[in-house]
Amino acid sequence: MTDRADLPHYVNRAPFDPLAVTELTPEQERYYTASQWKLMWWRFRRHRIAVVSGAFLLLMYLSIAGSEIIAPYELHHRHTDFLYAPPQRIHLFHDGAFVGPFVYPFNKTLDMAKMRWNYTPDTSRPQPLRFFCVGDHGGATYRFWGLVEGRFHLICPPDGGQVFLFGTDRLGRDMFSRIVYGARISLTIGLIGIALSFFMGLVIGGIAGYYGGLVDSIVQRIIEIIRSFPELPLWMALSAALPVTWSPMLVYLGITVILALLDWPGLARAVRSKFLALREEDFCTAAQLMGAGPGRVIFRHLMPSFMSHLIASATLSIPSMILAETALSFLGLGLRPPITSWGVLLNEAQNINVVAIYPWLMLPVVPVILVVLAFQFLGDGLRDAADPYK
Amino acid sequence: MLRYTVHRVLVMIPTLLAISVMVFVIIQLPPGDYFTTYLNELQSQGETASAERIEFLRQQYGFDKSPVEQYFVWLAGLLQGDFGYSFEFNLPVSDVVGDRILLTFIVSFATIVFTWIVSFIIGTYSAVYQYSFGDYALSLLGFIGLATPNFLLALVLLWIANVYFGTSIGGLMDPEYLDQPWSWGKALSVLEHLWIPVVVIGTSGTAGMIRRLRANLLDELHKQYVVTARAKGLHPFKILVKYPLRMALNPFIADIGNLLPQVISGAAIVSVVLSLPTTGPMLLKALQSQDMYLAGSFLMMLAMLTVIGTLISDLALAALDPRIRLGGGVQK
Repeated sequence: MTDRADLPHYVNRAPFDPLAVTELTPEQERYYTASQWKLMWWRFRRHRIAVVSGAFLLLMYLSIAGSEIIAPYELHHRHTDFLYAPPQRIHLFHDGAFVGPFVYPFNKTLDMAKMRWNYTPDTSRPQPLRFFCVGDHGGATYRFWGLVEGRFHLICPPDGGQVFLFGTDRLGRDMFSRIVYGARISLTIGLIGIALSFFMGLVIGGIAGYYGGLVDSIVQRIIEIIRSFPELPLWMALSAALPVTWSPMLVYLGITVILALLDWPGLARAVRSKFLALREEDFCTAAQLMGAGPGRVIFRHLMPSFMSHLIASATLSIPSMILAETALSFLGLGLRPPITSWGVLLNEAQNINVVAIYPWLMLPVVPVILVVLAFQFLGDGLRDAADPYK
Repeated sequence: MLRYTVHRVLVMIPTLLAISVMVFVIIQLPPGDYFTTYLNELQSQGETASAERIEFLRQQYGFDKSPVEQYFVWLAGLLQGDFGYSFEFNLPVSDVVGDRILLTFIVSFATIVFTWIVSFIIGTYSAVYQYSFGDYALSLLGFIGLATPNFLLALVLLWIANVYFGTSIGGLMDPEYLDQPWSWGKALSVLEHLWIPVVVIGTSGTAGMIRRLRANLLDELHKQYVVTARAKGLHPFKILVKYPLRMALNPFIADIGNLLPQVISGAAIVSVVLSLPTTGPMLLKALQSQDMYLAGSFLMMLAMLTVIGTLISDLALAALDPRIRLGGGVQK
């Protein structure tokens, strides 16, 4: 150590600012002045997996808008020459030379002993795929959202060839196209269902929480009873009770209502407990003292402070709805063909002996699991972000 | 404790009544009754059933009364152990149901025991060795277990067993014991087959339980008394077992109320996939053929199983935790 006496006397010439310590750095300034939603977004961004999951789900939901264009074939088109055809691999190199994405056509032989077609790729003839093309192949024509006729596709099979990325089913329908179309039903049923259940939970839980007393205990009992029921058997019974004469559209709506009917208690309970807790907060009393009516207190002051929590818990219950629809349709009690959802597709995979020979019938399992996982992670991230002040 | 028990049992009665109303409404939901379906079926086969006979049957089963009266007849039957009549099998429901409820009970019970044991071990490990490699690996596994729907897991396992091992893992006993009276051989065979449905049904519940136990135990481990105990030189194992673990175990019992519906619900669909001789496939068949009394009885029994299970868990919790039996509600 140097001797202190050796040091020259140091004087800072800069003007003295007595508030220097309490002043905020630009970073802190930004943090303290940010709105609640902005803080949530910053916090959510830190949860990497949740962001990736959110992006993935966004993509999936965007794909719904243009299922007809993404799918190479129309939903119901049957390739009668290709029953139970296996998935075709997309290759890039043929004989060591770069060709671009192409597929090999099938050589088809009939196995008389097992009574089934055998498909082997013919590796001598590469057939390049076409992209962003107007298809003239069988099954290229579709009605966009059932309205406008069109033939434009993202991927088209090669001239005179076929492209079955995920194989074909019993009737020779392209599995990939069917999965793409199935997303439309499977993904929206969760959203509509959660919207219904969200609404019911908000209203019923809000009434219970705001009025308290007798209303509250009645609602509490009802919630307890519904929650003590094993969900799936009840869902099965309710959807079996849907009249067979209903049109597919009505059945679809009926199923969403049934799913929502058993889902609202969880949300209602969350709303109620938030109401009970927040009712006593100072800001709520302050609003009341300043003459705000119940409507203003609820919608202006209470709702914003727990909406984020609700959205997070709603996100976490979407996957259970998607799964419920899949399970019901898988059992043949939910949606029925011609409506195509992932569950309906899996219905074909019920017979294990068929699946053992044609394993690609099980492929709809993959999007189901991916979507459910993504919703779980997204919900987790949202839940963490819902309370950014913690 | 007696007071609490009596109170709890009394509360159960209106719950069961409400459930029975719901089940009865579901039974009545499909348009027409079994006899209109039956009549249509006969007519489509070119046969004619005499209107008198149908009318007689209707009266016999009380179908000509108002729904409210029908409900009370049905309820009175339920209380006497008469679950109604299965039109599909032409047998009283209790005869059709027979073993299936018992097997459902066995599968559910085994699943809960499995859930407890596995989540206890893994949850404790994950909390004690937080942020270790094992913790991360097990957490990831848990996440996947939580997200994979159990019937799809069953389907995939079935397929793997079929393709790679050439065996079928479906069923709950060797074929020769089907429809046989209970014997040692049959019981052993059931035990041998039990583990696959148990693992499949239990996965998601176990994953959830692990997360809860881990979170609870971590909360406990960061408390002051643990630090004090450690500072005083108590053996780490003893510190863990003596208080924190006991405190963290509460949800194991408290959560049966949530776990049981989940398990029974999962068992219903998994047993269809794995073709187990439990209530699931039978319920499905009854629903498909609109044999509503059979379906209703199954629903009622499954609900009763859940309600009674919840009751037992509440009582056990009250016995363990004096705060509950003295203070009233469960403290979360």
